[in-house]
Amino acid sequence: MSNIPADLKYAKSHEWIRPGADGIATIGITEYAQSSLGDITYVQLPQPGAALKAGDSFGVVESVKAASDLYAPVAGTVVEVNAGLDSAPEKVNQEPYGGGWMLKLKIDDLAELDALLDAAAYAAIVG
Amino acid sequence: MSILKRTPLFDFHVAHGGRMVDFAGWEMPVQYRSILDEHKAVRRAAGLFDVSHMGEVDVRGPGALAFLQSLVTNDLAKMTPGRVVYSPMCGETGGVIDDLLVHMRAPGDYFLCINAGNIDKDLAWLRERRAAAPGLDVTLADRSGDTALIAIQGPRAAGIVRSLASGPAVAAALDDLNYYHFATGLTIAGIPCSAVARTGYTGEDGFELYHRPEDAPRFAEALLAAGAPLGLELAGLGARDSLRLEAGFPLHGHEISGDISPLAAGLAWTVKFAKNSDFCGRAALEREARDGSARRVVFFKTGDRRIVRAGAAVIDEAGAPLGTVLSGTLSPILNEAIGSALIDTTALAAGRALLTDIRGAKIALHPVKPPFVALKK
Repeated sequence: MSNIPADLKYAKSHEWIRPGADGIATIGITEYAQSSLGDITYVQLPQPGAALKAGDSFGVVESVKAASDLYAPVAGTVVEVNAGLDSAPEKVNQEPYGGGWMLKLKIDDLAELDALLDAAAYAAIVG
Repeated sequence: MSILKRTPLFDFHVAHGGRMVDFAGWEMPVQYRSILDEHKAVRRAAGLFDVSHMGEVDVRGPGALAFLQSLVTNDLAKMTPGRVVYSPMCGETGGVIDDLLVHMRAPGDYFLCINAGNIDKDLAWLRERRAAAPGLDVTLADRSGDTALIAIQGPRAAGIVRSLASGPAVAAALDDLNYYHFATGLTIAGIPCSAVARTGYTGEDGFELYHRPEDAPRFAEALLAAGAPLGLELAGLGARDSLRLEAGFPLHGHEISGDISPLAAGLAWTVKFAKNSDFCGRAALEREARDGSARRVVFFKTGDRRIVRAGAAVIDEAGAPLGTVLSGTLSPILNEAIGSALIDTTALAAGRALLTDIRGAKIALHPVKPPFVALKK
């Protein structure tokens, strides 16, 4: 059974989002996603300042087996990316909800968070 | 509806956390824990691979040597009992039907180890060629269903297998077994092996242990128990592929295929025009040797971690097509992407830069002569 923290919101495309008090949210991929991908070898992330709409591809995560697009759960502006993943992409495998985070997003409209899945709904998707 | 075939170790794989995938119609473990870790374990210590999906065919009779010589490009005439020879088996156009290992048990008694995905095709081809040579006294028997095969590969493989020898005579026989040789009648971990071959496809020292399917789960557990303290890990198809590519070994359907001859693949050493027998594909291969191959397999590294996937176009700086990527992975030892590609020979002769496009980024492919890493053998 995958680890699905109760305090996060989830996209059907397997990204998690942790909203912060300042309107800046942290985004990564779930335990289930990293486990399905296997050994992650490369993570391509956007430049800070990039504006994203909900559902936009913001990068690519590569594993030994395949390359998969990453999608923004909500609209916003990228304020920071996890530069540590350049040299240590395996952090996504090891700490998907911690050191393997991917970007910080200044959310345009907090109401968009309501359209995302809670932990129980995401758990129902990944079984 | 398709039903995937399973090896006798299916339950063993599941019990040990194997992630099962469809591989050439077989339900096989692609990995247990981490492909990268399994790969490194094989280079550092040892790995245990289930290769029971591979096919085995007995070729027997006074005409067996002549029959095999007419099929494969390598020369089997100088084989002695206990020898193993690697060879392509080509069609009339010089393309590779399969690559295989020929084992000689005794004069007139051979067995072939063939690729899992090619078993049906190879058997049909062997039977067709057998029917076309009614004067030869030779019989074929498909033993794939009653043969299990476990490979132990890595610098500690010999010590692990030796520790399970059933007695001093077996231990001595293992010590005496040279690379590309095999022995029959040895018992390892209490399991009688129909053949113990010092072969494998990782570039490391190691053994391939042929035995009865009903013994496979007990055998695998015994090998794992003896080897784990020495660093032996279970390894799946993912590590098998990255290890063979890192060693620069061809894989049928990638570096060799019906469209890629052994000469184009850089396997000229396996094509023996001087042998005293005709063989299927000889005329086409002689033509290719004389005129040169139009395309050639090139191994490359990139200095980048982004994996260049099979099927990607190889282009020059202006974007003109020069070839196609055949295999690509991340070398866990070099920590960079490596691969192989089929490239127009004229472009190679002109020394043109080889590039590929990964999501808009131009990545340079730097040709190298494999192996990519120093190998023990």
